[in-house]
Amino acid sequence: MSIAILIGILLGGGLLAILSERWGSGAPRWVSLAIIGVALVYLLTAVTGAAPEQINTTAAMGNNWIAYLKLDWIPRFGISFELAMDGLSLLLVVLTLLLGLIAVSSSWSEINFKQGFFQANILWTLAGVTGVFLAMDLFLFFLFWEVMLIPMYLLIAIWGHENKAYAAMKFFIFTQFSGLLMLLSIVVLAWQASVVNGSYSFSYFDLLGTTLNSKLEFWVMLGFFLAFTVKLPGFPFHTWLPDAHTQAPTAGSVLLAGILLKTGAYGLLRFAIPLFPEASMDFAPIAMTLGAAGVIYGAVLAFAQTDFKRLVAYSSVSHMGFVLLGLYAWNTIAMQGAVMQMVAHGISTAALFMMAGAIQHRLHTRDMNKMGGLWHNAPRMGACALFFAVASLGLPGLGNFVAEFLVLLGLFAVQPWITAVAALGVIGAAIYALWMMQLAFQGKPDESREFADFDPREMATMAVMMIILVWLGLYPQPVLDLAQPALDSLQQLTSKTETVIALTQTAMVSQ
Amino acid sequence: MNADDFQSLLPLLTLAAGATLLMLQIAFARNIKLTILLALATLLAATLSIAWAGDSAPRFVTPLLRADELALAFSALFCIAAAATALLSMDYLNNRGDEPEEYFLLLVLSTLGACVLAYASHLASLLLGLELMSVSLYALIAYPDKTKLPLEAAIKYLVLSGASSATMLFGFALLYATTGTLQFSEMGQQLANLDTGNITLLVASVMIVAGLGFKLSLVPFHMWTPDVYDGAPAPVTGFLASVAKAAVFVVLVRWFISSDLFRFSILIDCVALLAIFSMLAGNLLALLQTNIKRMLAYSSIAHMGYLMIILVVGSELAHRPLAIEAGMYYLVAYTATTIAAFGLLTLLSAGESQRENIQLHDLSGLFWHQPLYASLMLVALLSLAGIPLTAGFVAKFYLLSSAVSDSRWLLLGGLVIGSSIGIYYYLRVIFYMTRRVEEHNNIPEVPHGLLAKLVSCVLIASILLLGTLPQPLMEYLQSILQLVN
Repeated sequence: MSIAILIGILLGGGLLAILSERWGSGAPRWVSLAIIGVALVYLLTAVTGAAPEQINTTAAMGNNWIAYLKLDWIPRFGISFELAMDGLSLLLVVLTLLLGLIAVSSSWSEINFKQGFFQANILWTLAGVTGVFLAMDLFLFFLFWEVMLIPMYLLIAIWGHENKAYAAMKFFIFTQFSGLLMLLSIVVLAWQASVVNGSYSFSYFDLLGTTLNSKLEFWVMLGFFLAFTVKLPGFPFHTWLPDAHTQAPTAGSVLLAGILLKTGAYGLLRFAIPLFPEASMDFAPIAMTLGAAGVIYGAVLAFAQTDFKRLVAYSSVSHMGFVLLGLYAWNTIAMQGAVMQMVAHGISTAALFMMAGAIQHRLHTRDMNKMGGLWHNAPRMGACALFFAVASLGLPGLGNFVAEFLVLLGLFAVQPWITAVAALGVIGAAIYALWMMQLAFQGKPDESREFADFDPREMATMAVMMIILVWLGLYPQPVLDLAQPALDSLQQLTSKTETVIALTQTAMVSQ
Repeated sequence: MNADDFQSLLPLLTLAAGATLLMLQIAFARNIKLTILLALATLLAATLSIAWAGDSAPRFVTPLLRADELALAFSALFCIAAAATALLSMDYLNNRGDEPEEYFLLLVLSTLGACVLAYASHLASLLLGLELMSVSLYALIAYPDKTKLPLEAAIKYLVLSGASSATMLFGFALLYATTGTLQFSEMGQQLANLDTGNITLLVASVMIVAGLGFKLSLVPFHMWTPDVYDGAPAPVTGFLASVAKAAVFVVLVRWFISSDLFRFSILIDCVALLAIFSMLAGNLLALLQTNIKRMLAYSSIAHMGYLMIILVVGSELAHRPLAIEAGMYYLVAYTATTIAAFGLLTLLSAGESQRENIQLHDLSGLFWHQPLYASLMLVALLSLAGIPLTAGFVAKFYLLSSAVSDSRWLLLGGLVIGSSIGIYYYLRVIFYMTRRVEEHNNIPEVPHGLLAKLVSCVLIASILLLGTLPQPLMEYLQSILQLVN
């Protein structure tokens, strides 16, 4: 299977969406829906029954790759067009395409300015994110990492709300600055490897296991860590997120929360930790502290918001803190939790943003003080909101609970005190989620208000997301199995490091 | 001189013959169409002659000129850039002034100067090329538009450029007094015997650095840049910003290599300092501009700062080939990008007769009513900002690689911080272009000619190709630089 076709479909689909505007103002959204559908079907049919690919690699990465593609691109620097897919990438690409469908559906009637270009930007963002999840050449990875920002920037800057210029700019500059640091780190890493190996290569498989001196390794690791934590967003680097989310059009928010944030987590899992196991190990306590701080800080700030979208945005900061905790707790259970959180949070937050978008479309405000009693006006919407609010606060039986529970369980074995602090975040989540329900949907309804309930299209979209969350909550094993090989190889790397450290310590003691 | 010598000088000879022919044509029968045709034919012939001139390269043609692949490659680049400028400025000139024929003559002459710089291997030819290029530029700046702003810019450029040339010339004289030669490679041999702390040498290098720093508009010799860029007609600014800078840089690189100026660590430190100042000051000052030409002026200061990194990295012999290669790639990418950015401003201002559409709000909604031209600007801005898929990104990647290879962390820090600041003002232009326009906004008239559209498409394609498939150019640069080093 050629996975490059997947990216090709999405890129070409963007052009088709622009052209399709000539057939009628409603055509682009159908085209967009069809393109994502085709991509999803293509991916699923290609994956089922495909024999696992063998990749020659000296490093300790399991041979669990579903698809692999390598073409020479810039031999001058040993850069190749190298894509590979394992269970983890597959999971995230499916999530990406699924949320793409939801994003298109959520903005079905919201956009009336340049529909074609809008849909094209959605498709290009999806293409970029898919590329990020598949790229195995660090240069190519960086390319996708940056390129996915441009359509996202345009989505916010053109179709955003009142303060879009500021939000779009802030979003771009934050990611760009941290991205440049990552590029610098990539170049340093590749250069160091080329000094050892005698030739340039940016391939992930060649760079795995490169030994740097510990001081350099720390700084290079930090470059990667910063880029990914800004995107995640981790605690002190999150300030772009509430602005970007609030100002973005609904589809933009859905994509941002649902998949763009996951690229940060994926980057940590795929690149930052495996490439620099020792430095990451040393850095883990700091990362976990940042994660716990994010959980609490996000929850507290979410509670203080009156803007519906801002509240959901800060809740994202809180939830993504769990991902950071899970990744750096560094044991199977916590990592499974982190992967689970990536998927579950993607779905539940996308649903909440869609809700926020629907309310704003009807009321022209995001201020929760001006809402109140919406359940009375729109019972279907109220029920959906309640479902996703309790999903977000971690009700057992839904995906988010599984995720947070696993993270806390795994973390407790390593850092009981940080676990205790992070667990407070779960209580915080209950407070802000119910507070949001109370302000927006309960209370005295405004009788003069005309407020349309969810139509069948919106209900269908919501239903899909509900089914996924329930499924994740009741039977999460398939997802965990899918991601397991990637996590196992990570564990292998660490155990190797631990042995090395243990050996050196013994050596030092014996001396 | 024998036939081979003449053959290797073909691009220069073609340009000179073309310029003479143009002059005669203008004197006897004024006809703008014929002039344009002649000028383009000259530039095209000069570009094509490279293929033939390469047969007898590399060789010294008199001690003054060194005809090698590097000289030929950049001569071709300059001719192509001049041809693009000529094509883009046709509509612009139609609405302004009378009798614009001399404009094309001056453009060819200025290109000739730039090509001489690419060939120069002697301080005399360096000065000759530099003055030929600059003097034509003074006239070019003032020529198309007889209003106050371009005149002011031309006078400013004339006086300051004259002063800087004089300073530089004095430096050359001192250099001659200590080494007894003006030829680059001989000078290198003489310098090797001299004590590096020689006071005359120090004074000479300060004066030359100041002079060339002015030509490249490095901070703190940059004061003229925004005013001249702003006042000059947009097509001329594009030419000035790309070809004039690139030509000076090429000769500088050749001088550094031939005379092994990399040995002088004080000089290298000085260049590093200028680089950091330029990167930071250029980007910071660009933030404050609402006039796009002034913004691009400051951005060009920053880009010249980035480019200086390669001279610093080149001081390490092991990393010199990569550094020079990076610099040359950067020049090609930067030339294409700059021509594209100013090309758009030229096209936007073509419908006016006095002022130019160069304020940020003039671009409002360009994306919706002129998608092709807006894409041209979009690609150019993304390339200047160094976003992947564009030429600028590969160029920046090259620079990063060469600086990392030599562990120049301070310069890398400047590069990263400078580029991050730069994002803001480039994106702001994009934001204006994507604004939704109200009906009462006046939409600038743009030429609908097929030619302007064709040139725009070619520019977009070349920037994207340089960014996505850089391998052929990389290989070519590698092969020609092996011979130069």
